[in-house]
Amino acid sequence: MNQSDFIKVISPFKDRVFRLAKRLLVSTEEAEDATQEVLVKLWNNKNKLEAYSSVEALAMTMTKNYCLDQLKSKRATEMRIVHSNYTDRQPGLQQQTEDRDSWQWVEKIIEKLPEQQKLILQMRDIEQYEFEEIAKIMDMNETAVRVALSRARKALREELTKTHSYGIKSN
Amino acid sequence: MELKAIEKLLDRYFEAETSTAEEKELRTYFSSPNVAPHLEHYKSLFGYISQAGSQQFEKSIPLKTKRHYAAWISIAASVVLLFGMFTFFNTQQPSQEDLGTYDDPEVAFRETQKALNMLSQNVNVGVGSMHYIGEYEKTRKTIFKK
Repeated sequence: MNQSDFIKVISPFKDRVFRLAKRLLVSTEEAEDATQEVLVKLWNNKNKLEAYSSVEALAMTMTKNYCLDQLKSKRATEMRIVHSNYTDRQPGLQQQTEDRDSWQWVEKIIEKLPEQQKLILQMRDIEQYEFEEIAKIMDMNETAVRVALSRARKALREELTKTHSYGIKSN
Repeated sequence: MELKAIEKLLDRYFEAETSTAEEKELRTYFSSPNVAPHLEHYKSLFGYISQAGSQQFEKSIPLKTKRHYAAWISIAASVVLLFGMFTFFNTQQPSQEDLGTYDDPEVAFRETQKALNMLSQNVNVGVGSMHYIGEYEKTRKTIFKK
């Protein structure tokens, strides 16, 4: 396998690896480093890749493990919180800033979730993986994945409802 | 899509029972401008989910080829070394072969005679020692007569 073959194999999922890393590490720089690390690891083991049924699932598992290790290590304390630059949208500036604001709320709420729920939510809702794939990557059974996902979504709903009705309704 | 169907889908979404196709339906519904007012607060959730997947990894991938370099450098070094040794010994050879010449034929003749004399004297030393062997043979013959 030469470099261009390798690039062909990884290009469909390298952005997903990056986004998953960013979900866990929050900072863009940290996520970029993590992505590079994972891709270099894959490159160094390029001769063994054919043995895996899905290189993408392997890459996602590696990313998950690498990021969790990073969070455990001391480096996690140096982490910076950088928010993503949201893509340009048609609506007017007012609407745009409002959207951004509400998206940032969602992002902040997701940040508060436990790591496992973050991972599953990212893979299901943002990357649209099937439960089977997530179960494989997370090394869990499908029911457990569903339960964790349901918890994550419900936690999001609760927080969002709270923020939405803040100052309007008394809880 | 009907509001009731959306509400049902939402319920199943929060129970994590929806399929990816159904979740896509939800995302398209919430990205449309006419979202029911009581579902307004989910708009940001699905809006975020839809745009969060567009972020890309832009940094280059440092694929190492250092190991290859090391191999090539060692090959180049050995070639240079061999070539160096080759040229070194090639330039050294002529000075060793140069044993000197005589311009005057008479002197050359004398020198040659001297050299040959020295050689024959040394050969004669060897021949002289052969006499001992002859003597030895003679005594052996006198003792072991057949």
